[in-house]
Amino acid sequence: MAIVFQKTKGLTDKETHYCPGCTHGIIHRLVAECLEELGVLGDAIGVAPVGCAVMAYDYFNCDMVEAPHGRAPAVATGIKRARPDNVVFTYQGDGDLAAIGTAETVHSATRGENITIIFVNNAIYGMTGGQMAPTTLPGQVTQTTPYGRDVNYSGYPVRVCEMLSTLSGVAYAERVAVNNVPNIRKAKAAIKKALTAQIEKKGFSIVEVLSGCPTNWGMTPQEALKWIDDKMIPYYPLGVYKDVTEKGVHA
Amino acid sequence: MGEKFLMKGNEALAEAAIRNGCKHFFGYPITPQTEVAAYMAKRMPKIGGTYLQAESEIAAINMVLGCASTGARAMTSSSSPGISLKGEGISYIIGSDLPCLIINVMRGGPGLGGIQPSQADYWQATKAPGHGDGQVLVFAPSSVQEIVNLIGQAFDLAETYRMPAMILADGMLGQMMEPVEFPEVVPTPHEKPWALTGTKGQRKPNIVNSLYLQPQELERTIIERQKRYDIIREKEVQVELQYMDDAEFAVVAYGATARVVKSAVSKARAKGIKVGLIRPITLWPFPEKEIAAAAKQVKAMLTVEMSMGQMVEDVRLAANGACPVGFFGRTGGIVPSPAEVLAEIEKMAGGAK
Repeated sequence: MAIVFQKTKGLTDKETHYCPGCTHGIIHRLVAECLEELGVLGDAIGVAPVGCAVMAYDYFNCDMVEAPHGRAPAVATGIKRARPDNVVFTYQGDGDLAAIGTAETVHSATRGENITIIFVNNAIYGMTGGQMAPTTLPGQVTQTTPYGRDVNYSGYPVRVCEMLSTLSGVAYAERVAVNNVPNIRKAKAAIKKALTAQIEKKGFSIVEVLSGCPTNWGMTPQEALKWIDDKMIPYYPLGVYKDVTEKGVHA
Repeated sequence: MGEKFLMKGNEALAEAAIRNGCKHFFGYPITPQTEVAAYMAKRMPKIGGTYLQAESEIAAINMVLGCASTGARAMTSSSSPGISLKGEGISYIIGSDLPCLIINVMRGGPGLGGIQPSQADYWQATKAPGHGDGQVLVFAPSSVQEIVNLIGQAFDLAETYRMPAMILADGMLGQMMEPVEFPEVVPTPHEKPWALTGTKGQRKPNIVNSLYLQPQELERTIIERQKRYDIIREKEVQVELQYMDDAEFAVVAYGATARVVKSAVSKARAKGIKVGLIRPITLWPFPEKEIAAAAKQVKAMLTVEMSMGQMVEDVRLAANGACPVGFFGRTGGIVPSPAEVLAEIEKMAGGAK
């Protein structure tokens, strides 16, 4: 009998610790499938963040290192400079990438560091139990914005792809979501394109993935997926923000 | 071997690192160590190596972490305020059991402090280079030649024991020029089965990590590391003893300060005071046994530092009450003068003779 679908070799058999309805599992699978389908799983070195995905080193079936909070792009830089022919990726959340690690993110991007960042934006700190993230939406209630995020007091959410797309070192930047099947298929294509940009030594690539956190949003999984459509995508429009892979350099 | 070069401490240090197989340097400019970075920027491209100016000290040490995790020899260099920033990364490197080399060309602190020589980071280097239970190997050269000689050892021991090594120099050593020879390097091969190189589908993934959520597991890894530390304390201590055979008094000093003390000790000897010098070359592991033995031999000891008194605590612990241990220090970027130290030696010996 022909096999039509099987678990990717890019993931280990370890059971993940993610909450029910969390979309980290989907994103892990997409990254792993892309590494396998591109034939680079044996060359891959991944960098796990601090945050919900801290134990990603147990889930990806490739060499992995766990970085200090926010420092994954710097750690990836060190790896890539020593081993330019390996495929090096980081997997980071919004607090890790856009708060404590902003400098590492921006500077690895502007150096055109030939690495791929998978940026999981769920608009909240998950691991520590639901505090305001740099990407928490205006008015969004979290443990540390109990009256809703007041932009006059706490400032505005960061649009990472828009910001990074202004930097000359960035080869590819796309924002995707994983809240329905068509979006998941687009997300996979984006991740594959980002990794391909790295394999072809085009420079820095990032895929921002809008992701659900039903536990800390206080929603059912279904409500969380709908919230991505209703609230997140309007503030964080999906699409390609930078692509020098085919049409030459343009902002 | 044999050819002598007149070099600044910082440049000799960089050249020695390259000759010992370091091909990856990550740094950030800070006085008084910037010549290390400048030298690396010039030399690394010519040998196919990496010189990368990071966006911060924090990024630089994390680039070292990543680079070291692939098994490559990696280093960073900074001065006191920059080393404070590296503390997080150093702790992770310790926790991940990775070898690397860190240079601290110390300047005065706290805060932005000053840019003149200091030894006020002794506690930071030997007691708490980062959070958690952990140590780094700490070498304290007192000449440009000794910097060169210790770099190779530092890399080798870091790889043998899978931990960071630090060269704790100061602004004086970094900036002074002296003739140096570069010894022939015989590289010691180190197997690195833990290195991240890609599985090539041939082996299980390697994981470099410092997270252990089960306390029993975390305690086990720390105890395993402590066992290595015990071996290091036993085997890797280096100390220079001068005029100690018949000494009735001893001065303990390291680094550039030890040069000043040497000169004061010679002058005291010329005056008939039987005083010797104990110069720790490794600050961690600390020469406890040698100091304990000396404490039983001499009537009194004096510790001289460019700080308000940091190493003196370790000297007192090692002496364990066997003799009084006095302290003399200048700080904030001031180097003690031989005359000042001589006066202290005379005081210790019971007044000028």
